[in-house]
Amino acid sequence: MDSALIPDGVKRCSFGKFALGIIIAGGVLLWGVYAMLLIWLKGLNQTNMNDYYGFALWIWADLGVIALGGGAFFIGLLRYVIGKDELKNIINYAVLIGFICYSSALLILAIDVGQPLRSWFIFWHANIHSMLTEVAFCLSCYFAVLTIEYIPLILENRQINKVPFFHNLAHNMHEVMVIFAATGAFLSFFHQGSLGGTPAVLYGRPFAFREGVFIWPWTFFLFTWSAAAYGPCFTLFVTRLTEKITGKKLVKQNVIDLLAKISGWMMGTYIIAKIIDTWYWATVTATASGFNLIDFYSNNPFYGIWILIAEIVVCGIVPALILLTPKGRSNSTLLFTAVLLACIGVLLNRWVMVLQVMAAPVMTFENWVMYIPSWQEVATTILPVAYGVILVMISFRYLPIFPQERELNS
Amino acid sequence: MKEEGKHKKAKKYGMVINLDECTGCGACMVACMAENNVPFKEDESNKLDSIAWMRVYKLTNGKSYPEADICYLPRPCMHCEGEHGHSPCVSVCPATATDYNHETGIVSQIYTRCFGCRYCMAACPYHARYFNWWDPVWPEGSTKYLSPNVSPRMRGVVEKCSFCFHRYQLAMDKAFLEGRTVLEEDEYQTSCTQACPAGAITFGDLNNPEHKVHQLAKPDNKHGGRPGNPNVFRLLERLGTNPKVYYMSSREWVRQAGDNYLDNEDFAKNYRH
Repeated sequence: MDSALIPDGVKRCSFGKFALGIIIAGGVLLWGVYAMLLIWLKGLNQTNMNDYYGFALWIWADLGVIALGGGAFFIGLLRYVIGKDELKNIINYAVLIGFICYSSALLILAIDVGQPLRSWFIFWHANIHSMLTEVAFCLSCYFAVLTIEYIPLILENRQINKVPFFHNLAHNMHEVMVIFAATGAFLSFFHQGSLGGTPAVLYGRPFAFREGVFIWPWTFFLFTWSAAAYGPCFTLFVTRLTEKITGKKLVKQNVIDLLAKISGWMMGTYIIAKIIDTWYWATVTATASGFNLIDFYSNNPFYGIWILIAEIVVCGIVPALILLTPKGRSNSTLLFTAVLLACIGVLLNRWVMVLQVMAAPVMTFENWVMYIPSWQEVATTILPVAYGVILVMISFRYLPIFPQERELNS
Repeated sequence: MKEEGKHKKAKKYGMVINLDECTGCGACMVACMAENNVPFKEDESNKLDSIAWMRVYKLTNGKSYPEADICYLPRPCMHCEGEHGHSPCVSVCPATATDYNHETGIVSQIYTRCFGCRYCMAACPYHARYFNWWDPVWPEGSTKYLSPNVSPRMRGVVEKCSFCFHRYQLAMDKAFLEGRTVLEEDEYQTSCTQACPAGAITFGDLNNPEHKVHQLAKPDNKHGGRPGNPNVFRLLERLGTNPKVYYMSSREWVRQAGDNYLDNEDFAKNYRH
């Protein structure tokens, strides 16, 4: 039925199967849209946030998807600026995943503010001292860059590409992509960094506060670093997942191996930096405010020291070691486990830097406050996942995302 | 000439709350809500999402009878100065919807500019900032009793104690009409200060040695306004927020409850003066 739109030389499932998948994901999407409309119409009282949890599930989701979407800027940097040519075989998917992650982040932010119609105030009345201002500017600009990077991919659809203008436009956009890749890397450095700075500049919150260099707290660099390390893992994870679901080999092993190895090095060095940061914070910064490390991990029903061990050891050191060894990278199960652990690790880090900051008491006469999100918060957080699944399904079916697919499945 | 000279000197309005005198009656909370059109819900039992610009905490020393002791601690916005006006909340607001006034030392909230990102709430360790989760619903007829000097807030914005800034504006207007630029101590007082039956709250210009707050707190401006009076302390002094609300108590456990200390720290030794 839609065979004329499917790229040459590749096989896709039947239209009926595809439509069923879209309907299922669409149902979840509609559930999220319903919750979103409830929130926009009735306000943030539809959530379980409160005056202690001004930042909650959504801000975590924002930080999380931006970290996971970091694969787009880092693989773009490696491919176009540093010249790792093999990565051209996975860059399209990285861009698509990045586009989904960043559009999701912007959507969640639009739901998360009390007065959405005033969102433009962040640009109009910008406070240059605020990390969120930098986030807003860089995030918007980088989303524009990702859109520019995604457009030539759309133009390469079999039917669209028959129009000479679109064909030439796609070709010329590819030619200048190095400029956008470099711009994307520059912007990402700042918005990933300022997201790291968002909790770390809160000097009234000893759990979050970090010292740093000049105006940048250490987490500014750690967030950028971790996005560059863990973002490609998410690209690898989704690629492998797509391969499993479609039953096709989509990217050659040498490409996977190269990206996994680079991620391993980035993750390994990041974890060392993270351990140093944690040690300095625990022994110098926090103690100067009268807190012992264990104060942040006790007297509450959820946030135990396990969360620190899970983040640094289980989801940091372990996947880094797997990715750093050739044996680990060549073993499909180990590789999949490593990238999955890495994704959990970065999400755990973002969770801690948002939710645990809110939960931990600062005044001596207050207690830990726990929070469970409402169904509306959960639905609107799942909404972008459903939207992402739909966009991946459509893009995979109709666009030449994987240049090696034809060769690998002939 | 003398008055002009005084006018040029920046004021730093602040409070000293005597915790030994506070009975925890809550009159300050009621007065504050009435004065500032603070909205309320039908059911106010969930304190995590109800608004109280002034909140009275109950502290205990954790000991049993006969050594058991309690203390009530009223907590308005601390109007932190931070370093050079970079108070925790002001420095993070992305839309400049909250501002540190260097003329008065008061941290303002611009309701019509706030777009409800709540970053300031995350930044405030005192939980002095409140979000309007709902639109205010005033019981029938009660809108006639709202203060015309304070704009009610809509759903989706953050609000907090303003040190009754409208009273400052009215006092300055009156002074201007009378050809003055300097206010007398009693011309500008917050509603909680006036409502306290025990007289536990003292309000005034911390920079003015003639004002009682200055005499009680003895602020050391070279060190961020740290109190010089050994019985006076500020909440979370060690964080460097430099609040302008001071607390006074003759009881050591109360003063110690104002900040966090490591187990091996000697409170008396580390207690900064």
